[in-house]
Amino acid sequence: MKTCLVVDDSRVIRKVARKIIEELEFECVEAADGSEALTACRTKMPDAVLLDWNMPIMNGLDFVKALRQEEAGDKPVVVFCTTENDMAHITEALRAGADEYVMKPFDGEIIASKFVQTGLLRAS
Amino acid sequence: MIKQDDITFVARESLKRSGLVLSVDKGYLLESRLAPLARDEGYPSIEALISSARRDNSDRLLWAITEALATHETFFFRDNTPFDLFKNEILPVLSRSRGSVGKLRVWCGACSSGQEPYSLAMILEEERARLNGLQVEIVATDMAPRILEKAKSGVYSQFEVQRGLPIQRLISHFEQNGDQWRIKPNIRQMVTFKRQNLLENFGALGQFDVIFCRNVLIYFDTEAKKQVLTNLARQTANDGYLIMGAAETVVGLSKQYAPVEGRRGLYLRNDGPPSARKKFAAA
Repeated sequence: MKTCLVVDDSRVIRKVARKIIEELEFECVEAADGSEALTACRTKMPDAVLLDWNMPIMNGLDFVKALRQEEAGDKPVVVFCTTENDMAHITEALRAGADEYVMKPFDGEIIASKFVQTGLLRAS
Repeated sequence: MIKQDDITFVARESLKRSGLVLSVDKGYLLESRLAPLARDEGYPSIEALISSARRDNSDRLLWAITEALATHETFFFRDNTPFDLFKNEILPVLSRSRGSVGKLRVWCGACSSGQEPYSLAMILEEERARLNGLQVEIVATDMAPRILEKAKSGVYSQFEVQRGLPIQRLISHFEQNGDQWRIKPNIRQMVTFKRQNLLENFGALGQFDVIFCRNVLIYFDTEAKKQVLTNLARQTANDGYLIMGAAETVVGLSKQYAPVEGRRGLYLRNDGPPSARKKFAAA
């Protein structure tokens, strides 16, 4: 089973995301900020990371930059999932190494469609 | 609750105008789709809207009802496969056979709010360097004027641009305006939108090399399906392609088209040159 790390400082968002991702038959791991997420990645590199931008301690942008420096850190598909919904943020995220970008609010269909586009899921 | 009698009336009128089969048990569908129309037209209820249409036999109102009842569900790069097929197999073949002096004509029948023709336009823009100057015209039609207006505007909500559209294409082909996203002029200009009912004569649109007619015929009765397929074949170039939805088929409905083996949803004319079929290796 593929694994997805859900990184968001909101417990509610993590819960919603977990439900969606488990329905897509991924095993789900949670982290509340970028630093926790990096620790989780060092323990076990996930197949996917669903990543919030604004978080305490280490934000999503710094996390993805750090992740891409890690050994095998180029492997996970990183999908931002954030309220930052302007072109400048999107461009910056992709430049930092993100693969896809979801603008909140999101739903299961959007997540599934991004997972298909990035090859995490097969089209149904 | 809408009266059964009203449902039957609306179903009959809608079938007559658009070929769309509304199963009479779909009362809830009627309610959810006609409520906004009743409000826009200034009626206190759906019942009042229908009874006014019945009393006056108002063609305008009956058309508005038909339009409201149609399914407009669509999204960018819907189902992916037909777009991969278009990009990787159809375009290379046609750009070779049409050459740099030729013109390629693509038609999206029942284009709804425009995501399908714009998806094709994005592919064409991205493939431009490989097309050796081949001119491409995309014609997109729908029977519903309101949805066509939206398609023409090329403006989509944040929700719509996240369904099926990879982020890289959003960045490349859209401009942001608050929480709305507008497709860039170079893409928008590649598509010509026209009102066209598939049950009416569409000979004036001319011949096409590729016709996308996906997830439309499923709403039609058998007779209408046969009629539309016959007419589509007439507008398909000798070596041209018809692309239908994954759940659709021409089998038992058309003698003019035959499926391409191993390419779900892809059809060629039966009387076309054998070379057109040979180009598809067994999948």
